[in-house]
Amino acid sequence: MDPIAWLVDPLSYGFMQRGLVAALLVGVVCAVMGTFVVLKGLAFIGDAVSHAAFPGLVIAYIVGAPLYIGGAIAAVATALAIGVVSRRGRLRFDTAVGVLFAGTFAFGVMLFSTIKGYVTDLLGYLLGNVLGIGVGDLIQVAVLGAIVLGIVLVIRKELLFATFDPQGAAASGLPVTGLEYLLLSLLGVTIVVSIQAVGIIMVVAMLVTPAATAQLLVVRFNRMISVAIALAAVSAVVGLYLSFYLNLASGASIVLVETLFFAIALAVGPKTGLLSRAAPAVAVRT
Amino acid sequence: MNDSALDHRPAARGSVPADGDRAGASTGVLTGPGPAVVIEGVTAGYGRRVALTDVSLDVRQGSLLAVIGPNGAGKSTLLKLIAGLLKPTAGKLTVLGGPPGSAARQVAYLPQAEAVDWDFPVTVGEVVMMGRYARLGFGRQPGPTDRERVAAALDTVGMADAADRQIGALSGGQRRRVFLARAIAAEPELYLLDEPVTGVDVTTQEELMDVLEAEARAGKTVIATTHDLICAAQRFHQAALINGRVVAQGPAELVLDQRLLAETYGGHVLVLPGDGGRMVLDDAHHHDDAPPGERHFHDERR
Repeated sequence: MDPIAWLVDPLSYGFMQRGLVAALLVGVVCAVMGTFVVLKGLAFIGDAVSHAAFPGLVIAYIVGAPLYIGGAIAAVATALAIGVVSRRGRLRFDTAVGVLFAGTFAFGVMLFSTIKGYVTDLLGYLLGNVLGIGVGDLIQVAVLGAIVLGIVLVIRKELLFATFDPQGAAASGLPVTGLEYLLLSLLGVTIVVSIQAVGIIMVVAMLVTPAATAQLLVVRFNRMISVAIALAAVSAVVGLYLSFYLNLASGASIVLVETLFFAIALAVGPKTGLLSRAAPAVAVRT
Repeated sequence: MNDSALDHRPAARGSVPADGDRAGASTGVLTGPGPAVVIEGVTAGYGRRVALTDVSLDVRQGSLLAVIGPNGAGKSTLLKLIAGLLKPTAGKLTVLGGPPGSAARQVAYLPQAEAVDWDFPVTVGEVVMMGRYARLGFGRQPGPTDRERVAAALDTVGMADAADRQIGALSGGQRRRVFLARAIAAEPELYLLDEPVTGVDVTTQEELMDVLEAEARAGKTVIATTHDLICAAQRFHQAALINGRVVAQGPAELVLDQRLLAETYGGHVLVLPGDGGRMVLDDAHHHDDAPPGERHFHDERR
């Protein structure tokens, strides 16, 4: 088959055009936020927030409000609640998050079960369906994604300092606590934007996997973000085409391509790979 | 350190303060050095654990103060209080004329090495540039002046060639040099350094102390915690011995007073004979490992 046609043909379908744009947008926003998630160790929080967004989505659906608004309110509220718990809590942090996470998700499932004929739609939320995204949803994803990226772009050096050395950053006068809550809020928005594409269960992979892969490959912060973006974009395209031609679930295809890149980087990357073992470590002394 | 390392500084910095020489070099010199930090009856801790009780200290501008005490004595807590990272439960602190944190851009804080994630993907140059961030403000990216300051600071600590290395690839001594360079790049009036010379080789220690001495001569105030009594006695101007409270504050030679040491450290002082009576301290040194001939100062009040 003509490779050009192989690439172009799927784009004659409106759902594939919208799906590709949405997957790229979500992939890029998740890769940028994921860099901070990986460096701050927020993967578990990301997973918790995506599950906690569920009741917000369901309530919005029931009352007929825009889904993203409902989901975003629930996700941001949960992210901020986790922030407060991490500062003041008496329980172990992961215990408190685990309780919050499962409880809010169960509440969402319970609400959902009151809706007639809920079973198929539920799978859509849990596993995502980027190829089913409508024009209205796509615009919302684009606007929210642009807001997240714009804010991160403006405060990226402060976020970097506060992530790397919170005490040094706070002592120099940066509002580290405020930055942390802002980062958690942006994480909440990012997760809600991503749920349509990859579903509640796999959002955490979109956040963590490209950034983790990038960390295996490079040693500079800016390059880590760039590499994570590139990996996410390539994975979105490759995953969607696989989904199209092999009739596979779109979200799962994207996540599996990202996971494959991670496995390759782990195996042959400069820091962890088999090849690096052969070279002697370079010791530098003053 | 070569001459060009000091070129970026105002003329009076790095020279011995003498007569009218320092006028205009830094704040407060016209009226003589005032207090950089005043601590009055401060009590502080974490949750229900009290780390410091009723601490009062006075640090004059331009002085080099060593904070000495065993692990858990509250040395880091003291620095965090001055940096505004921790609020006291009682008492009052005045830092550079205001409450802690009010003059944050004039303060550079160097955390303990254990507080930093060394696998973080940042280069030496990026770490030192962080010292400029608070000055730059939100949304502004570093310019030529910032890059010059970073290069000069790296030169000052002898790490000019390492700007593109990842911090995790450095030795312990090099990491301390880089963090000191970050503090220098911030052009602070007050340095708060948590263990700046712990775990570094003797050469690095001497060079870093030279840098701090030059900063103090230029009117900057340096407060550093350390475990090295000889370094404290020889290279610092002032010392504060603490162990949950202030045992003593005064000239740096205080740290060699064996009675005060015993009071500060309890049973954990070892005086090694020879080598000029070098003293080793630290809870990390167990008595079981002590070579024969050491004198132990036991004080069971702890």
